[in-house]
Amino acid sequence: MKHTGRFGTYGGFYVPEVLMPALEELEDAFYRFYQDEQFSQELKQLLKSYAGRPTPLYYAKRFSEQVGFKVYLKREDLLHGGAHKMNNTLGQGLLAKYMGKSKLIAETGAGQHGLATAMVGSLFGFDTKVFMGSTDIVRQSVNVHKMKLCGAEVIEVEGGTGTLKDAINEALRYWTSTVSDTFYLFGSVCGPHPYPTIVREFQTCIGKETKAQCLEQLGRLPDLIVACVGGGSNAIGIFSSFIDDKDVRLIGVEAGGKGIKTREHAATLLKGKVGILHGAKSYLLQDEEGQIYETESVSAGLDYPGVGPEHCLLKDSGRAEYVAAEDTDVLDAFELLCKTEGILPALESSHALAYLRSQKGKLDGEAIVVVNLSGRGDKDVGIVEQCRPAG
Amino acid sequence: MRTYKQVFSETKTALVPFFVIGDPDLQTSLSIVKASIDAGADILELGIPFSDPIADGPTIQKADIRAAKNGMNVKKAREFIGKVKAYKDIPIGLLMYYNLVYQYGKEKFFEDFARAGVNSVLIADLNINDADEIIEPARAAGLETVFMATPNTRDERIKQIASKTTGFIYAVSLLGVTGSRDKLSGLVEGFLNKLKRLTKVPVCVGFGISKPEHAASIAKLGADGVIIGSRIVKIIEENLGSKDKMLAEISKFISDVKKTL
Ligand SMILES: Cc1ncc(COP(=O)(O)O)c(C=O)c1O
Repeated sequence: MKHTGRFGTYGGFYVPEVLMPALEELEDAFYRFYQDEQFSQELKQLLKSYAGRPTPLYYAKRFSEQVGFKVYLKREDLLHGGAHKMNNTLGQGLLAKYMGKSKLIAETGAGQHGLATAMVGSLFGFDTKVFMGSTDIVRQSVNVHKMKLCGAEVIEVEGGTGTLKDAINEALRYWTSTVSDTFYLFGSVCGPHPYPTIVREFQTCIGKETKAQCLEQLGRLPDLIVACVGGGSNAIGIFSSFIDDKDVRLIGVEAGGKGIKTREHAATLLKGKVGILHGAKSYLLQDEEGQIYETESVSAGLDYPGVGPEHCLLKDSGRAEYVAAEDTDVLDAFELLCKTEGILPALESSHALAYLRSQKGKLDGEAIVVVNLSGRGDKDVGIVEQCRPAG
Repeated sequence: MRTYKQVFSETKTALVPFFVIGDPDLQTSLSIVKASIDAGADILELGIPFSDPIADGPTIQKADIRAAKNGMNVKKAREFIGKVKAYKDIPIGLLMYYNLVYQYGKEKFFEDFARAGVNSVLIADLNINDADEIIEPARAAGLETVFMATPNTRDERIKQIASKTTGFIYAVSLLGVTGSRDKLSGLVEGFLNKLKRLTKVPVCVGFGISKPEHAASIAKLGADGVIIGSRIVKIIEENLGSKDKMLAEISKFISDVKKTL
């Protein structure tokens, strides 16, 4: 490896030897291509004409009235595929093409990353396999159908609680036997180096656009930026451009599940301890001995006991603040955005909205808050219907 | 305490069975290990159950779950090793995932397990790039160091691995996770030859070795040891209803393999 892949002491590449050649090849290719003129142009064009970038920064007036300060939504929900995941899958998919790979594998929780991978797989003519936990296959069945329509094979993972952690375990195992010809398209800013760096880089377009749009539409930077944190890619994507702007508060919202005083949540940064999982050192939800906990969240995309190494560093340094939103508050926030704006947010993104509701009366009326609306909620209508029968 | 070196100098090819400590339960597990020693095991490779064993296929994953369900944990595993050593002075290599070692405290883990009687601690998800995180505390505790090499490891890296290894190189016979295979990996011959050419460190071959014939071929290729995991763990899984049959079949399998070496 040419780089350590560390964010402070976090990150690294704690993987079995068999995966090292593939990670070295990936690191080499990434640093060779991502600033290459032709690669950048091709990616830029795809982001524009295939995925629909730039996404709007939208002033949510009626939602703002409800919370008592000015809320702007970065509309990643309008991106092709329905979430920010497409930024990364187009980037890595193109990288795979430049590397001459023709087989993709990916893990998925909510199915958004799996879907975005399936789409890119069919766009480039790759053979695509998506690993997904059995619980997630049931609760995100719409996305399973979409992935199949786009030609991907969805492989059901039975182990553990059948969620994202189990899907990653199985994808890593599969990769060890296929390393020579298969590209593992990782979905968030976690996993072994170089993934946290690669995914970060391909998601920075969110932050860059947001900054330019703030300056153009508002004439100034926002006071707060709020994003949900599962592995942490949509949050890093939008935070990245503002890290040096010390007056902009950065808030990451984790899955509080049934409450962070219980064990049934996925608030890794708030309640975790440092350890090693899936190739990286990071905060982890685990017991005394180091066995990883099974997590719980209404949103499959945040239901993960680890978190990206860069977030661990941002937490320790205090540059970003991390909070949790509980399932019931998330559902309330989901409904509020539907009712006030006619926008169905993903349950993941609804965590960020739930934090805004909790700040009612605490933030100044002139405060400008940008929320990364990381995805749309079409996939979640069934779950919401179950938890909160409509009307 | 008996060393790897003694075993390698006294046997042509050492027989190294792998077990998950506490599979299916503590008492049975101890009986299994004793039976395998009696049947001819030269070295033991033992694992402590972990929630997310990414280098393991379904058979060992299930063994981890069985053992953990029946209460196995790091502390009990240490006591277990003490009991095995009290039965017979046989070299023991631990096979771990890093998080368990890390949470225990690296220094303390190596000290406590060295005292319990293990000869080395191999960490499946820590490769040679990060070897320095464990070499010092391992040596301070008097342990040998063991690292894995795989058929896709480049020559330069193999040399690096050899230079940091004192016990033996754990040569993974194939690209993939643990699990029985019908056929011996086609990669193993070239890989072993390469290892022999590049290093003088002893080499034990594992992953996918499932039949006495496989072990015989590995021995013929000049390996210093052959490690058999999933195939034996599968015997446990298939005989959960009858402990006697389980022990008898494990003993038979191990002595069948032993005869070919
Ligand atoms: C819409 C949406 N937002 C957020 C996430 C969480 O991922 P990350 O924290 O990497 O942005 C997911 C994951 O599936 C998602 O689908």
